[in-house]
Amino acid sequence: MNVINIKSIRKTYIMGTEEVHALVDVSLSIDRGEYVAIMGPSGSGKSTLMNMLGCLDTPTSGLYEFNGVNVSEMNDNQLARVRNKEIGFVFQTFNLIPRSDALHNVELPLVYGGVNAADRKRLAREALTHVNLADRMHHKPNELSGGQRQRVAIARALVTKPSIILADEPTGNLDTKTGDDIMALLEELHLQGNTIILVTHEEYIAEHAHRIIRLRDGKVERDEHVDKRVVPKIEEPV
Amino acid sequence: MKLADFTYEVREGLGISFQAIRANKMRSVLTTLGIVIGILSVTLMGTAIEGLSRGFNESIAKIGADVLYVQKWPWFGGEDWWKYRNRKKIDYSNFKAIEKQATLVKTVSPAAWTVVPVKYNGRSGSTVFTIGSNHLYLETGGMSMDMGRFFSQAESDGGRPVVVLGYGVAENLFPRENPIGQNLRVGNSTFRIVGVVEKQGSFLGDESADNRIVIPIEAFFQKFGGNRGIQISVKAADIKNLEDTKEELRGILRKARRVAPGAEDDFSINQQDLIIQKFNTIGGVVAGIGIFITALSLFVGAIGIMNIMFVSVTERTKEIGIRMAIGARRGTILLQFLIEAGVLSLMGGIIGVIIAYPLSLLINQVLPTSMPLSVVAVALLLSILVGMISGFLPANRASKLDPVEALRYE
Ligand SMILES: Nc1ncnc2c1ncn2[C@@H]1O[C@H](COP(=O)(O)OP(=O)(O)O)[C@@H](O)[C@H]1O
Ligand SMILES: [Mg+2]
Repeated sequence: MNVINIKSIRKTYIMGTEEVHALVDVSLSIDRGEYVAIMGPSGSGKSTLMNMLGCLDTPTSGLYEFNGVNVSEMNDNQLARVRNKEIGFVFQTFNLIPRSDALHNVELPLVYGGVNAADRKRLAREALTHVNLADRMHHKPNELSGGQRQRVAIARALVTKPSIILADEPTGNLDTKTGDDIMALLEELHLQGNTIILVTHEEYIAEHAHRIIRLRDGKVERDEHVDKRVVPKIEEPV
Repeated sequence: MKLADFTYEVREGLGISFQAIRANKMRSVLTTLGIVIGILSVTLMGTAIEGLSRGFNESIAKIGADVLYVQKWPWFGGEDWWKYRNRKKIDYSNFKAIEKQATLVKTVSPAAWTVVPVKYNGRSGSTVFTIGSNHLYLETGGMSMDMGRFFSQAESDGGRPVVVLGYGVAENLFPRENPIGQNLRVGNSTFRIVGVVEKQGSFLGDESADNRIVIPIEAFFQKFGGNRGIQISVKAADIKNLEDTKEELRGILRKARRVAPGAEDDFSINQQDLIIQKFNTIGGVVAGIGIFITALSLFVGAIGIMNIMFVSVTERTKEIGIRMAIGARRGTILLQFLIEAGVLSLMGGIIGVIIAYPLSLLINQVLPTSMPLSVVAVALLLSILVGMISGFLPANRASKLDPVEALRYE
């Protein structure tokens, strides 16, 4: 079944007298268990699409169905509830709460989800253990390395067992080695059955995914499945 | 939203507030200065007013605010001296009439007075007033005994040679001995001392009352002559009915003194209402100044909190975006900042109360009071309320942020 089904989505920003068309007539659907990369040059509308998919923003026009429910007509509280229960965000800049320790950061979605304190602590510990941070629970973000912070963010995204995990350039602020670790972790999560949508502009990062959607000027330029059994081909001089 | 969810959000809000305040200790304390002063003044005002009213109630009897004095002379407005001078004297039969007929009174006491030498063992002190009264003298005057007892009704009616000393007289004549049971020379007669009245010269008490001795009025008439003017003290059964009591007395006295219908009273009924008025004035002034200072400083404090909360919201725009992204509703964000403003202001309130406490001990030097718990509770609730009101606009702004914009904020 489709987790995500969007039809003819438009997002238009008004800048003074000028209209900026961030998304133009985008249609796509994503199945449960897919690992999708969204690619495209800067300004092509990747983040706008992610925000839309993550219910942080609503389209100017078009239809968005999430798990078969029309999201484009939801009010703010309903959207907040969908974000809380169904969506896990991983951001380029980690976006942890600076004054809270790792455990509390991971607990937070459960606080807003009305989970009691004992269950919260247990689930948050499990999620942090899952991302190999069992020994860093009581560290504040500024006491953690970039890779560790992104792991905390991934644990926070996981803890509510969401329908999809949205990662907007999750390795953008990390060195290559740490970035690879994070990609390995996402791959592991995918193998465990999570649906993952990843934004990147790095070809080698996108190759972790099973499907690549390419955007240009707010339009879907190409939507292709990658056959993972094929060994990535090496550019050969003709 | 379920109650449990609300509780989690409140607890989270409290946690965030403490973290935020700890992260900005100096700024937080300075911000609450207005609240500190406001709460300081509201608690001190409450304490002072409480002290005034307690002092008033304690001394209402001592100063005789519930007592009417039947006398020949009015206390105030003596513009027609000759008229009052020529009035018939207030005599013992008038007292008997009131004692027999009045219904709205608690106690009635006559008082005749004279000045004669008062000696013990040949020793005499300063000039002492000798009062002739009945056994209800003590209660009517709102006094109590320091030692011994007052003379009984039987002793009073029988004109027994017993005497009760004022505190000052006892101090003068018996610096070391126990006066009870000793014989006192009053004029040419001997009286046995049965008791000493407690000191009266404290808060708004009547100092001259310490310099008296009291003997049964029947004995007084025997020794010093019965044909003299007296004063009649009437304690009202209920201070709220003072005016009715006064009217009743007027009726009784006019009949007893055969005042023709339509003619003016030939007596005066005096009361301590000026003192009551003075009390109300002082209380009003304290309340007025207190409320003014409180309102002014709470207003300044509220502006300070509003200002710092706007700063706080701006500083934490990104954090607000993050919280919204992981599921905080707009109401959650609103609540969080309201709680933070409330906690900040409450902190000011607590500091205010802590400073007010030693100052209330100073007030206690002049007024019989301690900081009432109710005033503390009201002050703390007030500070939370002020905080939440002043935090509303910033909190509202925070809750209206667009999550995408907020997340992009650096
Ligand atoms: N809030 C906004 N107001 C005006 N224009 C915007 C806003 N957000 C994005 N845009 C514009 O929409 C286009 C797509 O932006 P974005 O989705 O951030 O691109 P990407 O993430 O692919 O770099 C850009 O031209 C950008 O300038
Ligand atoms: Mg982007």
